[in-house]
Amino acid sequence: MTTGSGGRVDDPAPAVPVAEAPPIVSEAAPAAAGPFKVRRGTPLKGASGLGWLFSAPAFTGLLVFVAIPIVLTAWVSLRDWSGLVSPFATEYVGFENYNELLFEDGVRRTDLAISIRNNFYYVLFVVPMQTAIAFVLAVILNNKFLKGKGFFRTSYYFPSITSSIAVTLIFLFLFQTSGAINAILPGESINWFDNANGLFHNALGVIGIEDPPVWMIENGFMGVTYWQWIAGPSVAMFAIILLVTWTSIGTFMLIFLAGLQSIPESVEEAAKVDGASTFQTFWHVTIPLMKPTIFFVVTIGLIATWQVFDQIYATNFGGPQKTTLTPAFLTYFQSFTNSEAALGAAIAMLLLLVIMFSTFLQRRFIKSTGER
Amino acid sequence: MEVRKVLGYVVLIFFALIFIFPFVLVLVSSFKTLPDIQANPVQLWADPEYGGWTLDGIRGLNTESVRIPRWFLNSTVVTVIATLGRVFLASMAGYALAKMSYPGKQILFGLIIVLLAVPGVVLLIPKFLILKQLGLLNTYAGLILPLVFDAFAIFLMKQFFEQLPDELIEAAAIDGASAWQTFSRVMLPLAAPGLIALTILSVQGIWNEFLHPLIAVPGAPELATLPLGLANLRASFGQAQPWNTILAGTLITTIPIAIVFFTFQRYFVQGVAATGVKG
Repeated sequence: MTTGSGGRVDDPAPAVPVAEAPPIVSEAAPAAAGPFKVRRGTPLKGASGLGWLFSAPAFTGLLVFVAIPIVLTAWVSLRDWSGLVSPFATEYVGFENYNELLFEDGVRRTDLAISIRNNFYYVLFVVPMQTAIAFVLAVILNNKFLKGKGFFRTSYYFPSITSSIAVTLIFLFLFQTSGAINAILPGESINWFDNANGLFHNALGVIGIEDPPVWMIENGFMGVTYWQWIAGPSVAMFAIILLVTWTSIGTFMLIFLAGLQSIPESVEEAAKVDGASTFQTFWHVTIPLMKPTIFFVVTIGLIATWQVFDQIYATNFGGPQKTTLTPAFLTYFQSFTNSEAALGAAIAMLLLLVIMFSTFLQRRFIKSTGER
Repeated sequence: MEVRKVLGYVVLIFFALIFIFPFVLVLVSSFKTLPDIQANPVQLWADPEYGGWTLDGIRGLNTESVRIPRWFLNSTVVTVIATLGRVFLASMAGYALAKMSYPGKQILFGLIIVLLAVPGVVLLIPKFLILKQLGLLNTYAGLILPLVFDAFAIFLMKQFFEQLPDELIEAAAIDGASAWQTFSRVMLPLAAPGLIALTILSVQGIWNEFLHPLIAVPGAPELATLPLGLANLRASFGQAQPWNTILAGTLITTIPIAIVFFTFQRYFVQGVAATGVKG
């Protein structure tokens, strides 16, 4: 679900806590809907006109508001269009916008490179963190002797159904200079959402490396110095990483829980009878059986994290010093604030490629491990 | 064994605190004075030295720039109409895809699968363009209409209708029911679990939707929904943030969804199953 609106996946998966949730591991797990046998067929004879009559309203809307927009995005990305006039009155410029974004020195390429850098670190932190914590919580919750399951499940899941904007405001409140986080944590108070220092940069400072090697500052890739590339997410971005992880753990925990409940007890018991320790059973039986669910969670995690937008908008509009700028936000910013809509469309197309590529890689991986 | 159990509870309680405490703090802080929030950020009661409990935050919710009642109304109107439209149209299309035979059906279903994979941020610019061309920019219609059409909703309803037996349709036909009567009187009631699941998912998704209102009503603050209004709130205050008001605003945005959530928890099962299918 979107992780975030629709498929936008801050709220990637609409799901809720129920102990007897059906297994979702199999690709074809159908939603249960009554005592009837599953039957696939098309029994209405002579109803071809009716079929169109029933489908037409929904599909007309999808065509106008989803399908045509995809084609339009591709089309305007090849034109010289500011967004202020009609795109039909503009000039065709071929791949000029892409060329400017990817190969020409300048602020546009630098902005894109910075946004990719930022989003890369965001993905690198959020996906493993949310997957691991959700998995651990699901494994503990799956213990049948545990009391208060419903309470824990509900409290973990609740942030997932809350508005992304509301959660962002709550985190801005908690992480402000005089806020709760600084009051609880030892050390000096910092203004989290206003801090542009890279985490790795800070860590190197702690072990005494204050000045980066000169060649790393003087040289770079796509207009961003090597030192900037490796500086890690800024403190501000890290606060957003924490907030998104906090929001999405519940959804993924529920998906893991459903997967765990589909493992027959007899399998794990058999391993124990054969003399496996609890840890061995977990590592050699449970984890392999959970692989499809893990890949599913990682996939929708990847797809969602490359689209992060709401939290960027509601915090600092990409600041401080562009360290929370992401490609999704840059698309919006170039189009609606900078009046360079064709450039925004080109970024959107590049983003689509990245997301499709992530999906494709994951699907391939699932297939190859599934066949083993 | 005992040690592991205790350890398990410690982890669970630790995380429960992490998830619950912020909401409690938000609730309490909505009723504190600003100096109190500044001085005692973690304290769960109002300090009499700083004025004790106050309704200042709540009073700030309806001013010239903060129009929470209006945004609440807009959110409600958008959510109700868009959800009803989405559920109705998706049921019809899902029923046709599951139970009718007509040329082009495979293409329509293929389109659904492709559209499911397209992220919303990619469509911002052309959506804006289309709304503008149709004269729907900064109108209720433009705010609502695009949210009605959702590929996932059609996909979900198709899955539900496929599980109903064909014999019911044949029996209805023998009894002389028209195609519409068969759909609305026989099949739709039987798909109730699916309808409820889709309704709840849609209510949650549309109520929390931010991206679409952002581009659909850019020049009309009176048409903003709660998430859009809240997101632009901070900018309108500048340096001094009236946190008690802002937090009260987030609470008001959260409470309706919380009520839906706690009332219909069990119906979300279908949602979990559906995500499995979607993957």
